Amino acid sequence: MIDQRILDNHNLTRGEYDLIVSLIGREPNLTELGVFSAMWSEHCSYKSSKVYLKDLPTQGRAVVQGPGENAGIIDIGGGQVIVFKIESHNHPSYIEPFQGAATGVGGILRDIFTMGARPIALLDSLRFGPLEAPRNRAIMEGVVSGISSYGNSIGVPTVGGEVYFGENYALNPLVNVFCLGLADKDKIFYAKAEGLGNAVLYVGSKTGRDGIHGATMASAEFGKETEHKRPNVQVGDPFKEKLLVEACLEVMGRGVIVGIQDMGAAGLTCSTAEMPAKSGTGIEIDLDRVPQREAGMTPYEILLSESQERMLIVARPEKVAEVRAVFAKWDLDAVEIGRVIEGGRMKVRFHGDLVVDVPVGAVVDLCPAYRRPVADAVPARGAQAERPMPVPRDFAAVLRRLLASPTIASKEWVFRQYDHMVQTNTVLLPGADAAVLRIKGSPRALAISLDGNSLYAQLDPRTGGKIAVAEACRNLACVGARPVGVTNCLNFGSPEKPEVMGQFKAAVAGISEACLAFEIPVTGGNVSFYNDTEGASIYPTPVLGVVGLVADVARVVTPGFKRAGDAVILLGPVTDELGGSEYLKAIYGREDGPAPSIDLAVERAVQETCLAAAEEGLLASAHDLSEGGLAVAAAECAFAAAGRLGCRLDLAFALRPDALLFGEGQSRILVTAAPDKAGAVLELAAKRGAPASRVGEVGGDGIRIACSGEILVDLPAAEAHALWSGAIPAYFAIKEG
Amino acid sequence: MKFGVVVFPGSNCDADALHAFKDVMGQPAVFLWHKDHDLAGVDCVVLPGGFSYGDYLRSGAIARFSPLMRDVREFADKGGLVLGICNGFQVLLELGLLPGAMLRNKDLKFLCQHVTIRLENDQTRFTRKGRKGQLLNIPIAHFDGNYYAPPETLREIEDRGQVVFRYVDAAGRPTPEADVNGSLNNIAGLVNARGNVLGMMPHPERAAERLLGSDDGRVIFESLLAAL
Repeated sequence: MIDQRILDNHNLTRGEYDLIVSLIGREPNLTELGVFSAMWSEHCSYKSSKVYLKDLPTQGRAVVQGPGENAGIIDIGGGQVIVFKIESHNHPSYIEPFQGAATGVGGILRDIFTMGARPIALLDSLRFGPLEAPRNRAIMEGVVSGISSYGNSIGVPTVGGEVYFGENYALNPLVNVFCLGLADKDKIFYAKAEGLGNAVLYVGSKTGRDGIHGATMASAEFGKETEHKRPNVQVGDPFKEKLLVEACLEVMGRGVIVGIQDMGAAGLTCSTAEMPAKSGTGIEIDLDRVPQREAGMTPYEILLSESQERMLIVARPEKVAEVRAVFAKWDLDAVEIGRVIEGGRMKVRFHGDLVVDVPVGAVVDLCPAYRRPVADAVPARGAQAERPMPVPRDFAAVLRRLLASPTIASKEWVFRQYDHMVQTNTVLLPGADAAVLRIKGSPRALAISLDGNSLYAQLDPRTGGKIAVAEACRNLACVGARPVGVTNCLNFGSPEKPEVMGQFKAAVAGISEACLAFEIPVTGGNVSFYNDTEGASIYPTPVLGVVGLVADVARVVTPGFKRAGDAVILLGPVTDELGGSEYLKAIYGREDGPAPSIDLAVERAVQETCLAAAEEGLLASAHDLSEGGLAVAAAECAFAAAGRLGCRLDLAFALRPDALLFGEGQSRILVTAAPDKAGAVLELAAKRGAPASRVGEVGGDGIRIACSGEILVDLPAAEAHALWSGAIPAYFAIKEG
Repeated sequence: MKFGVVVFPGSNCDADALHAFKDVMGQPAVFLWHKDHDLAGVDCVVLPGGFSYGDYLRSGAIARFSPLMRDVREFADKGGLVLGICNGFQVLLELGLLPGAMLRNKDLKFLCQHVTIRLENDQTRFTRKGRKGQLLNIPIAHFDGNYYAPPETLREIEDRGQVVFRYVDAAGRPTPEADVNGSLNNIAGLVNARGNVLGMMPHPERAAERLLGSDDGRVIFESLLAAL
């Protein structure tokens, strides 16, 4: 009998159980309960978030597929589409960093190629606890190795992303993985189980006991006893997935399949329920035919295993032989395990018995949507008025410390472990404002940026959501790309806490507002709730992935200074904001508000100016101002220059010098242009109503910044570079003796 | 000149190599399936980079048993041109077509970065369009590129001028710091005694177009075109 203890183990409430009973007209057996619990988990059902997600703007002329499928699809013209999505793998990565991260990569890749696209780029957004603690270093090392092992082997370049550090991630690191694929518009595939009598084929790895109830695990808080959850984490096999990619794309190219779905969260259960649910059909499968890694597995285990590298294919009976031949060429099995039936039911047999017989619609679509209690988020105000900070005497010393702060420091230690060049499309190496990939046979290029600042979102979730969208788009503007679509990964604490739901509601509203302002559709994404360990929630962390198009790859702009004598122009407003800055955090240990303010109209004007200047070929370089403000941005432009070219800036603004140097006021881009082109850039800005001022010139071998003639900072670029590039490796250096 | 790029299960630079030969260099180029026994009449066999069979065992250790490798060996024995890049170099070592072996990189990390290599021998059919001492900027991407050979073998290949590329610093010096993966004598590429089989860890197919940061790898392809 199903008792309270069993319901607790399945994260189902009594109310949900009663609903299941009324939907199927009887008490479910344990296997059926397992099916419902996985599909009705927060991770699969979005039951706490969907009432808010429906407000995101998802429409657009170029949208081929919005939220609801494995990934979103945008038409980029020329008969081609891009397919992209971001997913979280936070919980598994905390329990087992290497495999947790590796299988996160494997999972997002399957979401992309299951739609007929060849994956061409991976990016990761990672958040860890401070590197001073050995445990946090071990998690980071494991996560980076896991990503590297999977992506490198399968041959999809990891071209960029972001890495942040904060105390609130020590017990709950975040691993968000983004993948983008390219497909022909007439070769898109969906998770369809159409055509009564069509064959259902299982392809890929055998099913084992790994990952049982992974989706349920990802939908609950962690306590102190997480060790026993280790078997819930799956083990990845990138070689098998490489074979799957090639075999699946080959059967798709030959047009011999009807529909295809990967087995991700909730495994075989999810694909066997979702495919017929989307097609108004039913499905019947025989578990005895499912290839199994070990003997004695129960139907419950086979249905809920999250073993990796498996797909479900629906094909017409006369095409089955051809499908099997293609998989055999790639040394993979394709086993017929069932067929498409009428009647809208999911029927599962095991040893001749009918062990599951439920309506697919109930499993997939009828999970209750919750409007959980909300405590509205109140934006943090500034504590600086009550506890003012002294203005530092030595700004160069502050800059040195900021450059060595892991959140700002060079991430080369991370990205050189990733193959970021395979497939020979990578135009900009990791570390630029956005990743840029050429499209072979076309003058155009794709640009991708992942962005999110959780301190801003903690201080003011709505503004944090807006800034995440704005900054991701700003990064694209810096390389000369216009945004075409958005995916988001919303990492939050427990939705059962009213203050978390308040943060969530406000962040989603901020994202919506910004996407509308930029006229870009959200095509999908992922919500990761229950990022709580031992009762403490992470800061709200909305991560935005924005994809853009560059009209002419020859006009891509890079962050590095180019020639001595070039004019340096600051696009955007100058404010005296210090709240939420890395400066306050790293130097004073304060996470005071308010979050930086943002005016989306100004933001758009700044970005349009940068884009127009890039497209007219006026810019020598462009780099956005983010953590660490103007001084760090100027230093990064120097580091990215061939031969560490410095700059001499003089700003005539009357405000606190530390706010001028290190404040994180939004909507700002530092661009350079040849002296004879600077006027044209300023004119473009004036025409669009974007604030812009000429603040100095490229040259010298130092980062020199003055205010009204008084030199505030004069740091040799070589010294600054050594601090910036050496900070993260120093934490991982093998100590001799 | 017709190029054939071998496809093993797990090869992932096969399409990149084909693109370089076909679209960049404008030469006929085809894929060769590892299970076949057909070299399709190519003039140069290319063993591409990647993770053949996942490289779960020693890199390249299983690929050497692919059916097509018998034909490749015969082709090489008759003097046919064979170019092994990265995983392809590892396969050539496992096949015994080149001497030595690969260990894990000295820092025990996968490394993907641009490196400077120095052309050591401009008399081979792979390098005759270059000149001795020329510095080339070509990326690497591997976990097992730490070249090892016993002392007597090492002496032999050095004496015979079989070392074709060495990792060097920006000034062209083979320093320990420039030896990113810990290879003996900073060895980045090696030719067999007969001069028709080249293995190299850096990826020339990733350095064939200016747009991607360097086209220094073209010197190898241009040399091959001149070799026929």
